[in-house]
Amino acid sequence: MIYSAIVFLPGLGALIVGLFGRLLGVRASELITTGLLIVSCILSWIVFWRVGFQHETANEVIARWITSGELDISWSIRVDTLTSVMFIVVTTVSSLVHVYSMGYMSEDPSRPRFFSYLSGFTFAMLMLVTSDNLVQLFFGWEGVGLFSYLLIGFWYQKPEANAAAIKAFVVNRVGDFGFALGIFGVFAVFRTVDFNQIFDAAPGVAGQTFQFLGYEVDILTTLCLLLFMGAMGKSAQFLLHTWLPDAMEGPTPVSALIHAATMVTAGVFMVARLSPVFELAPTALAFVTLVGSFTAFFAATIAVVQNDIKRVIAYSTCSQLGYMFAACGIGAFSMGIFHLTCHAFFKGLLFLCAGSVKHAMHEEQDMRKMGGLAPKMRITWLMMIAGGLALSGFGIPHIGGFAGFYSKDAIIEASYAAGTPNQYAFWFLLIGAFLTALYTWRLILMTFHGTPRMSKEAYEHVHESPPTMAVPLLILGLGAAFAGALGTYTFIGDGAKAFWGDAVVQTTERELYHAMHHDLPEWVHWSTFTAMALGTFIPFLYYKLVPSLPAITARVFYPIYMFLLNKWYIDELYDFIFVRPVFWIANMLWRIGDIVIINGLIDGTAAGVYKITTRTVRLQTGYIYHYAFAMLIGLALIVTWFMFRGGAF
Amino acid sequence: MDISSAPILSIIMFLPLVGALIIACLNAEAKANARWVALWTTTVTFLVSLIIWFKFDTTTGGFQFVETRNWLDVFKFKLGVDGISMLFVILTTFLMPLTVLSSWVCIQTRVKEYLIAFLVLETLMIGVFCALDLVLFYVFFEGGLIPMFLIIGVWGGANRVYATFKFFLYTLLGSVLMLLAVLAMYWHAGTTDIPTLMTTEFPVEMQWYLWFAFFASFAVKLPMWPVHTWLPDAHVEAPTAGSVILAAILLKMGGYGFLRFSVPMFPIASAELAPFMFVLSIVAIIYTSLVALAQTDMKKLIAYSSVAHMGFVTMGIFTFSQQGVEGAIFQMVSHGIISSGLFLGVGVLYDRMHTHEIDVFGGLVNRMPVYAAFFMVFTMANIGLPGTSGFIGEFLTLLASFKVNTWVAFLATSGVIWSAVYALWLYRRVIFGQLVKPALKNIQPMSYREIGIMVPLIVLTILLGVYPAPVFDVTAVAVKKLVAAHEAAVATSAAALP
Repeated sequence: MIYSAIVFLPGLGALIVGLFGRLLGVRASELITTGLLIVSCILSWIVFWRVGFQHETANEVIARWITSGELDISWSIRVDTLTSVMFIVVTTVSSLVHVYSMGYMSEDPSRPRFFSYLSGFTFAMLMLVTSDNLVQLFFGWEGVGLFSYLLIGFWYQKPEANAAAIKAFVVNRVGDFGFALGIFGVFAVFRTVDFNQIFDAAPGVAGQTFQFLGYEVDILTTLCLLLFMGAMGKSAQFLLHTWLPDAMEGPTPVSALIHAATMVTAGVFMVARLSPVFELAPTALAFVTLVGSFTAFFAATIAVVQNDIKRVIAYSTCSQLGYMFAACGIGAFSMGIFHLTCHAFFKGLLFLCAGSVKHAMHEEQDMRKMGGLAPKMRITWLMMIAGGLALSGFGIPHIGGFAGFYSKDAIIEASYAAGTPNQYAFWFLLIGAFLTALYTWRLILMTFHGTPRMSKEAYEHVHESPPTMAVPLLILGLGAAFAGALGTYTFIGDGAKAFWGDAVVQTTERELYHAMHHDLPEWVHWSTFTAMALGTFIPFLYYKLVPSLPAITARVFYPIYMFLLNKWYIDELYDFIFVRPVFWIANMLWRIGDIVIINGLIDGTAAGVYKITTRTVRLQTGYIYHYAFAMLIGLALIVTWFMFRGGAF
Repeated sequence: MDISSAPILSIIMFLPLVGALIIACLNAEAKANARWVALWTTTVTFLVSLIIWFKFDTTTGGFQFVETRNWLDVFKFKLGVDGISMLFVILTTFLMPLTVLSSWVCIQTRVKEYLIAFLVLETLMIGVFCALDLVLFYVFFEGGLIPMFLIIGVWGGANRVYATFKFFLYTLLGSVLMLLAVLAMYWHAGTTDIPTLMTTEFPVEMQWYLWFAFFASFAVKLPMWPVHTWLPDAHVEAPTAGSVILAAILLKMGGYGFLRFSVPMFPIASAELAPFMFVLSIVAIIYTSLVALAQTDMKKLIAYSSVAHMGFVTMGIFTFSQQGVEGAIFQMVSHGIISSGLFLGVGVLYDRMHTHEIDVFGGLVNRMPVYAAFFMVFTMANIGLPGTSGFIGEFLTLLASFKVNTWVAFLATSGVIWSAVYALWLYRRVIFGQLVKPALKNIQPMSYREIGIMVPLIVLTILLGVYPAPVFDVTAVAVKKLVAAHEAAVATSAAALP
């Protein structure tokens, strides 16, 4: 019952406000959705306690969904430690975002719609994490995609917002194409889509092959790669990442909730949920590591040069998701989930702080027009620093630090212990860590320090945000500061085995964890610290001590700078090789295929027939429908007559 | 009278005809009366048809509510429904009151004749799905063309003559061949009784000829690529209610035909020609989705999207598996509801602006928020979002195809991308954005009548998406029987080979 309440209360709120928002009015709509979410959040923490520490699990069937032959899919709620962790992440961030939005959106007339979408999103996300089969997971998956689309395009008057919304949906669909094929493949092999049954049967098919697209391929590797394609789309990994930065067109609370803390982590969740299968497919895992670690590096390089405050954080999210995948790829699934949890808090915090800045700056997002905000908004500034320290992994080895210090650095060390070819994953992640600190401090310094670069009038208007916005910042700030220290023992340390139970596979991770603490050279422990310290120092040099350096560097390394500023030209590439050709082909198929060829044939025949028939039809009235009407009446008469002749009613 | 012994199918079938007769007797000026009679007739028909829904025995795969009357000496007037056809009867009777309501204001000329045509059409459509005699089926199947032809030709748009001609020619081609096949089957089996023919074994070579003859007719109706080009033109010229019936019911006759005739009666030919069907289905899904993307007319776009969605139907049927066939039936029912919603949505705009050119619109959400919400639901259902009925049919047919051939599944699944592209692109151009065009400044929000037509469709779209069990309960046993019979026939034929 308590599980159903957690999942359905937000859905109920969305439904009530979505249908009757106009009647209820703005204030009531806000209070209903937010209130129900807070209840759901409190229940989530209770469940987290009961599941994580008292080892309660549940699998409730709610109703039949699709039944056809052997296929039997139910609406159900599966609760284990992984679910309960996602419960607290999703409902906590979502409640805080709801509260924050009351302040942030206070001037928007369509607030009932906004809150309905937010709660609807939360419901879909909860359906996703409680699923006990692949298809309900897909339901939640597409559901969050729908609300993401609606919320990115929330300000539908803006053409950029509409374009970004469609892009997000379509790029995700490209990933879903793989995901869907993966589900079909799973059913073809296992004749079921239920997790438990798949996990039971998976070891039996390990190493076996089947025919896929004419090739004889390893079953589990293929299925995992197909499913992972969905994860790449949802979690914005390299090649399918292009939608995430554009998604920043949506209102900032949306970016915090959907495009940082929850939805984009669904891919990581999926891989962790399917860890018993991925564990049996080492080739697929190697690919996950490659994609994850490369994205961690790649997205960070772009974040370093962007000037839009939200885009910097968006690329940072992309990069951090890469870390989570890299963790999963080397078999350290719970490290991935631990980083997911910490990231949810500090990244949500960073976005909400950015929103607070935007709010104060009248929707300005360009950091080149900011600067010197710190004295004007102390809370936001402090919280941004807390988030920055957590993101950059500030801390001292063997002593302690902020959230990222525990979750991110553990992944980097584990990647070294796992030993990829030439330690490529370790180096990508380490350079990524350096870049992370770099762009984080660049962001903070450009925004809050130095001389104000906006008009004097605009600067006068800068103000701290109202309490509804500030309080969520403070709560998330606490999370950013302490989540790592509090969770490290339970999530990835010696308490992990008991905590996770059967929820995620632990075998490889325990070995890695042991190696991290006993076999790793000492320099590896300090390498992450060095990367972080160096990444922190350079921005101070560039933006505080010698402010002329950024321009000089950009000029000296002009090609590299432009390459990064233009996001590796991937959008331009896609436009050239996908978008334009598709529209061109579509037009050709229509104008040549349908109109010229097929219609040409038909019209030619028609013209011939018409010539003959007009001569005949002239005997009649000349209108073909008169003729047809006569046929119709005749037909009706014949049928009726035979009916009555053959024995009537 | 005991209700269970009443000839319930005949009653459902002929009630609309009675309504048509009453309307025929009315004064030509009594437009309102004629509309009310039509509305009452169709509503009562729907309510009566619910009897078969509730009394339907879901544990048997055979025909139920069977009635037989002598007609000509050899042909019988025989009706009956099974788990495959029953849903289409209900779908027809359910949609008719909505189409009458949707024509309430926009049809002002020859109202009597218009309503009579619709009521006659309803009788014929129900006849198609209930007929258990091949000749009877043929009569209804082809007869349905005539009222549709009139509806487009008389009450259609500017270019209606071209559209009706094309419509007529295409379907004529198919029906001539089908008539020949019907005769051949009669000479061979000595009967036109459908249940008997389903157990008759036709020689393999003959199966091929017959299969192609029926294919010609069903492929045009469905329509399948490359005989689909009559559909966009017919839709563009048809009045809104005509489009609804065309998309929701008439197209389904093709899919129904494959299930009722091609697969059970010509199992060997069906099995051997399955790859051919897969190729056409995939081309339909990819090609027409892309063509939809290039459209500048809303109705054409939705028409092309219909062709793509019917591709999933043919693909599902020819997997000869429980999931594939059930998915195909579900897809047809679901498309009947969703395409109705989409065409009614276009109709709402047409009534206001007298055009369905996409470029005329833009930013409608600003003046018509309820409309925007409704259109969003149907758009998402059209894309096949899980939780809407559109998902389940696509999902099951694709799921089944993977087992048969991974290339088929691979190519057909790309449809999930294309449908998102054309549907969202349409939505963005029509609904979103700023409302800047002067002609749209005073566009009226939806009336209560229009909302009332849409709401049942929306409820069904979501209900069937979340809880499709009632449909699967109806189809499960009948489809199981169909699949088992097919497998047995193929196995026997394989065993007979040296």
